Amino acid sequence: MKRKISVIVACALAAGSVLAFGSCSDSGKEKLVVYNWGEYIADGSDGSMDVIAEFEERTGIDVEYVQFESNEEMYTKIKSGSASYDIIIPSDYMISRMIEEDMLQEINFDNIPNYKYIMDAYKGENVGFDPSGKYSVPYTWGTVGIIYNKTMVEEPVDSWDILWDETYSGKILMFRNERDAFGLALKKLGYSLNSTSEAELREAADLLREQNSLIDAYVMDEVFGKMESGEDALATYYSGDAVNMMETNPDLGFAIPKEGTNIFVDAIVIPKNAKNVPAAEKFIDFLCDPEIALENIEYICYSSPNSGAYEMLDDEVKNNPVIYPDEEIISNCEAFVHLPPETIQLMSDLWTEIRAGQ
Amino acid sequence: MLKLSRRFLLPYGIWMILFTVVPLGMVAYFAFFDQGQFTTAGITRIFSFMPNLLLSFKLALIATVVSLLLAYPFAYILSRKPERSRITYMMLMMLPMWMSFLLKTYAWMTLLEDTGIINNLLSALHLPTFHMINTEGAVILGMIYDFLPFMIMPLYTVMIKIDRSVIEAAQDLGANSAHILFRVVMPLSLPGIVSGVTMVFVPAVSTFYISQKLGGGKITLIGDIIESQFKQVYNFNFGSAMSLTLMILIFIVMGIMNHFDNEAIEGTLV
Repeated sequence: MKRKISVIVACALAAGSVLAFGSCSDSGKEKLVVYNWGEYIADGSDGSMDVIAEFEERTGIDVEYVQFESNEEMYTKIKSGSASYDIIIPSDYMISRMIEEDMLQEINFDNIPNYKYIMDAYKGENVGFDPSGKYSVPYTWGTVGIIYNKTMVEEPVDSWDILWDETYSGKILMFRNERDAFGLALKKLGYSLNSTSEAELREAADLLREQNSLIDAYVMDEVFGKMESGEDALATYYSGDAVNMMETNPDLGFAIPKEGTNIFVDAIVIPKNAKNVPAAEKFIDFLCDPEIALENIEYICYSSPNSGAYEMLDDEVKNNPVIYPDEEIISNCEAFVHLPPETIQLMSDLWTEIRAGQ
Repeated sequence: MLKLSRRFLLPYGIWMILFTVVPLGMVAYFAFFDQGQFTTAGITRIFSFMPNLLLSFKLALIATVVSLLLAYPFAYILSRKPERSRITYMMLMMLPMWMSFLLKTYAWMTLLEDTGIINNLLSALHLPTFHMINTEGAVILGMIYDFLPFMIMPLYTVMIKIDRSVIEAAQDLGANSAHILFRVVMPLSLPGIVSGVTMVFVPAVSTFYISQKLGGGKITLIGDIIESQFKQVYNFNFGSAMSLTLMILIFIVMGIMNHFDNEAIEGTLV
């Protein structure tokens, strides 16, 4: 009998602790949980505005700011239901996946007057990741290209081929995430980076496997240190981060290969299980305010979809081809869309094998 | 008395059930079920990653042996020091542990790179530079650096309890230093060796962070593959199957170690 009671008490405690963890945000001040990429909002350093603190001051809402390193990491966390967020800022293809899997809620644009500043060209319905345009508000956009060290690479960089050039063996940094890695391999082969053909994906996988021996390291955020210090000659990464690195190390250059590349849009969404939707809407409107958008874009160095913020930028930035490339280049770029599960599974399996050195 | 102790055990029991038994059960479940369907696909797929599993065991074993060789003399010398300097040395050893080991591993990346701090210093002094980053050696170094204190501590704790008079007695009976080390100190310190080896080997064999940063994502250990299944690929079935396999292998290794331990205790008692 006593043992039975112990079991009941244990279960009750377990249930109680789960409830307690879930509801602690309800106590005290109003709270907003934001889940965003690392280094992806002006934080007060380098003379920028502390955007989160500014929002807290203006609205009295407490912000809990959490960061992720990749879309997949974010997705896993949301999908497993281990945490709930009010605002997430994922990339295009992940947003389309989350819409398909019914993980996002429609945004009430009546509560976001500053949405009028978002340029049509970058909206989900036009880029394709949010066909109805109801779930997302573009935050930044950019391209994927090759960052190179001019002291180590003398030839012009204009093709993905250079990442397979033996001259630079051991001096090449490659994406550690499968979608970007496969995307550029597919582009090098002249295919769509949204290819669902098994033959094309296997061909790309062979190419990536062949590249393995030339790679110094598979990186994400480590790319900053390694390129800034001159450790490596070539790296694949995002345009906005390239600008950051080029500011630290003037020897660095950025090239968008002629075969075309990926244009990406990171957009703000509200997940289905958000606890504080009114605060989330206030936060989105706040981020779309041209002055705040300007602060963020100057900090992140990505490209802004906000016309108000773009107008206020220095001419030097507006005319920087890394950040705002010619329309001709943009028209040669392709955005990621969500792929069918079989393709994702195949790509994941191939990537696991490539990374395992098989 | 028995009843009382049982009552005190209850909170620990709940803790264990919630955070050890339930998660373990979930790992076992996901290892055999994919979206509610029974499958052995995850388990059978492990065989194609044998090279990575073997590499993990190889690197962890080297790191453990080197740690033991480094830690053993240090722990012995330390245990024979007067109390005041013992405390100082222990503090110095513990100090780096107050920092996150993720941070320390990241720092090693900056130290070891071709254009890193050590190589820059060497070339400034016109000394030959070396290439170590993104090699197996760098990963082993990271393992040793991160886990060495876990080898020193149990060894030290055991050795400090070795009565000085036992060694003196051996000396009086004509044992030389080698005899004392191998016939007296070593058997008495075996429990420390066993727990030290376990505490270094287990985290080293399952690490993914060290190989990711110091191996450049190219030295792919079993931990890396497990991590990517959960964080990138979202294949809980395969990730869990591999975790389960690794856990079973670790249990086997620990079982063998404990067998030695028990034998040693019996040996010293008789």
